[in-house]
Amino acid sequence: MEAFQTLTGVAAALPQAHLDTDQIMPKQFLRGIDRSGLGNGFLFDQRFEAPGRPRPGFVLNQPPWDRASVLVTGPNFGCGSSREHAVWGMRAIGIRCVIGTSFGGIFGDNCSRNGVPAIGLPSAEVERLMVLAADPLRCRFTVDLQAQTLTTPADGRVLRFDFDPLRRDMLLRGLDAVGLTLEHADEIRHFEQRHLSGQSWLA
Amino acid sequence: MKARTLYQRIVEAHTVRRLGDSGQILLYVDRQILNEYTSPQAFAALHAAGRPVWRPASTIAVVDHVNPTTPQRDARTMVIADAGRALQVQTLAANCKRHGIALYDMLDARQGIEHVVASEQGLVLPGMVMAAGDSHTTTHGAMGALGFGIGSSEIEHLLATQTLVYTVMRSMRVDVRGRLGHGVTAKDLVLALIRRIGADGATGHVIEYTGEAIRSLGVEGRLTLANMSVEAAARGAIVAPDDALFEYLQGRERVPAGRWWEQALTAWRELRSDDEAVFDTEVSLDADRIAPMVTWGTSPDQGGTIDAAVPDPAGESDATRRRSMSRALDYMGLAPGQRLDGLPISHAFIGSCTNGRLDDLRDAARVLRGRRVAPGVRALVVPGSSRVRIQAEAEGIARVFIDAGFEWRQSGCSMCVAMNDDHLLPGDRCASSTNRNFEGRQGAGARTHLMSPAMVAAAAVSGAITDVRRLLPDAAG
Repeated sequence: MEAFQTLTGVAAALPQAHLDTDQIMPKQFLRGIDRSGLGNGFLFDQRFEAPGRPRPGFVLNQPPWDRASVLVTGPNFGCGSSREHAVWGMRAIGIRCVIGTSFGGIFGDNCSRNGVPAIGLPSAEVERLMVLAADPLRCRFTVDLQAQTLTTPADGRVLRFDFDPLRRDMLLRGLDAVGLTLEHADEIRHFEQRHLSGQSWLA
Repeated sequence: MKARTLYQRIVEAHTVRRLGDSGQILLYVDRQILNEYTSPQAFAALHAAGRPVWRPASTIAVVDHVNPTTPQRDARTMVIADAGRALQVQTLAANCKRHGIALYDMLDARQGIEHVVASEQGLVLPGMVMAAGDSHTTTHGAMGALGFGIGSSEIEHLLATQTLVYTVMRSMRVDVRGRLGHGVTAKDLVLALIRRIGADGATGHVIEYTGEAIRSLGVEGRLTLANMSVEAAARGAIVAPDDALFEYLQGRERVPAGRWWEQALTAWRELRSDDEAVFDTEVSLDADRIAPMVTWGTSPDQGGTIDAAVPDPAGESDATRRRSMSRALDYMGLAPGQRLDGLPISHAFIGSCTNGRLDDLRDAARVLRGRRVAPGVRALVVPGSSRVRIQAEAEGIARVFIDAGFEWRQSGCSMCVAMNDDHLLPGDRCASSTNRNFEGRQGAGARTHLMSPAMVAAAAVSGAITDVRRLLPDAAG
């Protein structure tokens, strides 16, 4: 996994509540067996009138947000289907961090596994950031995962955010979760033997 | 010892080790199911790292999302024209062969929607932990198990290690007093709950359902309830096992028999929350006050009772919710104040992992007997599994659907997720027994109204959304 330490970039506001993964990555982009080609699919119906024809009115098609690397999202962003394609597509267009009051649970996990911190904040803070992100002159944010701070130069605020320590460590170091877990392989095997023998009907 | 909820007990029984101080654990997973569209990337990553599958026998694989559901099923009809989807099915078969994983392919008699197949096989048993690359894995909580959906990276982790790095969730109890009324089903109950607590109401929680209404639901009703709990953002939804469940399980393929059955039963009877257990969140509902539900919007919490009118966004004080309502009404082609009862439909769909089981088809058939689908409505029924289809044919239910003018199709996810050729066109309005009314879910621009299978049947024969209770014989009768 690609590590995430600090990021300074343009933030875009997507205030829509319950923006589900069916909208984030529509079904016509789910025909592959790999992670490629998903950038075009990200929020397809909102970004495009038709393939290759962007909707000029959509935020991610307008400067400076066409270079956005941060999304400030409405509540429950990424709810619905487990499809990790949603996160792969988001990464493919350059988004490296999402900020909101809450995220779909599986989506949030998928973000963590793809080098994208999903930062949860109180609604008052998200509202403040949403206003900044919607302003082309004030939408540059700096996210420092090590320090757990979100800096918004436009209003001079440095906000400290909570972040799960284990996930933070994984993101900061870009660790391979499977490899780390396999360091406990003996322990898993012992557990498994005990677990299965204690329920002999599973034998 | 500290009193624990059933969820906490299941998690503790599966904790291999703690990880750091932040509450994560390494969670042992007993079972998983793979499908053709979320597993190939997991296998590819596994192969790239040169890792084996930890325990192939814990896993089965099912083709369900992209397969055709043509009325006939043979080698000639089960051909996928789309090259990408065909490759997904071939890749699943190749990966299963390589690793010795049981596969229920398109022509297998056991094929069906993964969550329907799992319970009918008895794959998931009380007290187990089950994870799969599909959000509706919460379904398996009806077995007194913990089930939850995961992404492809986690599938890879699970294949390689039989475990997941797991954050322990909070516990929510949803107590449902009384009994559901005539014509009111588990689907109406869960839609009422989602409307009450919101589409993110159970964020960070695993739900345990308790109360008389849950006990008196059949196991299949509990499967519906647990399945759709994910639409309230629950990361699991458990019903403690009881005699109704044991009766359901006994004799199924993957369920222990004889001496093992007796041993298992003794252990399973212990699976309940401690009396003193404290839940982080408590919700209670009165079953007898729940009426048949219909959604009007594009989130499962945007629904109301059949006698309700479409609400007016102007009356909503929360700005985010107001914007969502306006957007939803625009997408759905509805106006504030419009009655849901009497709203004309173009399509009726019965199926899905939420409502594609035998009890669901029986409920719908009860409404359809002696009636015909209204002119101008296309009605489809897609059984949740090939076995459900065979059973329904044996019971004469298939004949009821066919005589009423429904298309009687092969099993799969079909028009719930529209990843095969079964999809709606822009502007189509569908009465649907499925789980998601998201924009574009059943096809770009298509409008979905979620409701119970019996309500879909009532809408199909009326040509418009209607109160099924008007079409049912009296409760006493």
